[in-house]
Amino acid sequence: MSATDFPRPAALRPRPAMLAAPAGFLAELWKDKAAFAGFAFLILVVLVAIFAPVLAPHDPAAQSVLSRLTPPAWTERGSAAHLLGTDMLGRDVFSRLLHGARASLMVGVSVVLLAGSAGVALGLVAGYRGGRTDTVIMRVVDVFVAFPGLLLTLLLVAMIGPSTSTMIVVLAFSNWMIYTRLVRGIVLSMRATPFIEAAEVLGCGPGRILRLHILPNLIPPLLTLAILEFTNILLAEAALSFLGLGVQPPDTSWGLDIANGKNYMLIAWWPITFPGLAIAATVLSVNLFASWLRVTTDPAEREKRHARGRARALRRTSSENG
Amino acid sequence: MAQFLIRRALQGMLVILGVTLVVFVATRMVGDPVQMMLPLSASAEQRAAFSQQLGLDQPLGTQFLAFVGDLLRFDFGDSLWQRRPAIEIVLTKLPRTLELIAAGFGFAVILGVPLGALAAMRPDGLWDRIIVSLSLIGLSVPQFWLGLILVMVFAVGLGLFPTSGSGSLSHLVLPALTLGIPSMARIMMLTRSSVIAELNQQYVRTARARGLPFAHILFGHAMRNALVPVLTLAGWEVISAWAGYTVVVETVFAWPGLGMTAMGAINHSDMFLLQAIVFVVALGIVLVSLLLDLLYKLIDPRIDLA
Repeated sequence: MSATDFPRPAALRPRPAMLAAPAGFLAELWKDKAAFAGFAFLILVVLVAIFAPVLAPHDPAAQSVLSRLTPPAWTERGSAAHLLGTDMLGRDVFSRLLHGARASLMVGVSVVLLAGSAGVALGLVAGYRGGRTDTVIMRVVDVFVAFPGLLLTLLLVAMIGPSTSTMIVVLAFSNWMIYTRLVRGIVLSMRATPFIEAAEVLGCGPGRILRLHILPNLIPPLLTLAILEFTNILLAEAALSFLGLGVQPPDTSWGLDIANGKNYMLIAWWPITFPGLAIAATVLSVNLFASWLRVTTDPAEREKRHARGRARALRRTSSENG
Repeated sequence: MAQFLIRRALQGMLVILGVTLVVFVATRMVGDPVQMMLPLSASAEQRAAFSQQLGLDQPLGTQFLAFVGDLLRFDFGDSLWQRRPAIEIVLTKLPRTLELIAAGFGFAVILGVPLGALAAMRPDGLWDRIIVSLSLIGLSVPQFWLGLILVMVFAVGLGLFPTSGSGSLSHLVLPALTLGIPSMARIMMLTRSSVIAELNQQYVRTARARGLPFAHILFGHAMRNALVPVLTLAGWEVISAWAGYTVVVETVFAWPGLGMTAMGAINHSDMFLLQAIVFVVALGIVLVSLLLDLLYKLIDPRIDLA
């Protein structure tokens, strides 16, 4: 029996993090109503994307010449069968909206995972190895950052041939650099800290140090960055699909629906309005949630927020008393 | 200073070389230019002749050297779509895109900076809340959709501006607004946080204690320091618009600039024209970022260029 195996009193034993975290997380999130609303909307979008085939009242691709360009249900000529109306081909706008959530989330998550893992790996190597490896990697990052982003994306998509998977690869290709810069900076400053030096002295290999000691400290800033990048990818996916270089029919996407609706927007406002609102609401929710997350995961920012809250409470009580 | 210029010039050349490599790999190895540019009905002999004309039968190394040689002479080949040198088309379209960017960013800076500073005067006050909410919305709305909505409201609904095309000042209003609004939102947010941080500095407190008028403190001291990061952002915004975001706006408004030409080139499978646009834009990015670095030095002597 080794010295560390003494039974600990129950009160001192750390609570299982997996159980304590979600409850504490929600309680803290609830204090910021805008961030909570954003988070709730995101959960809704995810659920909608997963269960779209069950939830959608119509087949998103089903055309009907008779009921084309039906306005939304609450307008004068609207029909109860089509809540948000129909498009030029008589397809149900609401059902297409639900299915469109899938494309946006799928592309967003895949690009962030793909670009993020490549960018983080390169950043870890650059920051930990230093020296010439670092110089070469960061030079490559500088060159990529100075590329004509969207135009090069268009050229690549046009050459490879537009499809959802092409879009994912090309967007990852032009969006990995920011992760490398962030990770390298943090690793560089962490290498000089006593606890990493101690681990090195104790004989930990680079792999173990990176995995067990450095990576956990990278997670909060990386999470915030990944979430913010997700909004950029959502907007890029919508723009590419709008230009006809992203999601291809018969698949649906919010950007694609806006492109379809554009040609007859002078006679029908609803086919472009609702997909656009869906994109805007999703991106806004992510932004609200991310700004809360950034403050919450940064101890210095948390302290400032706490101080502001205290000051506000003090002002309130003093004005009530005075 | 000279050292800085030489280093930046080398770095710029690296960027151009990188773009060259990516374009070369994309157009010669990933995609098949012959299949892309010739109609499906073309015979095998026609394909072979075209491939020979492009030099595609040569080894890759030779192809790459010929490619680089052409670029150095600004010879991008003839546009297959418009049957004239690609570089000529690019140069005639370039001023229209610059016009759009100038109008859009002029508007973003002229409105964004004062509004951001106004919000910073009383954090959490009424103006602050309004301005922050508007910026958040401006950041979240997809640009092309914003353009379409502006067309529906101001061009179709109210009939104030033309829906698309170019030629007069009123044609410029809606495209410039569409291009500028997301940037304005970012500039407002940054100006706000930057001015708030600056107003909390000791020197501002000292100046106030000495009884200097607030306007003097704000415009004479705080704003000058607060605007340095804003300038960095504004430069970055111009570069990213130049790097492709005008494509979307130009497509929505049928604005005859580089972006719409790029979309036309894609739709006509005109690889040479698209290549020419990408290179001219890459060159522009390198030059603009160099100019911006020099500008920072001029504005903020604390920045060390070496």
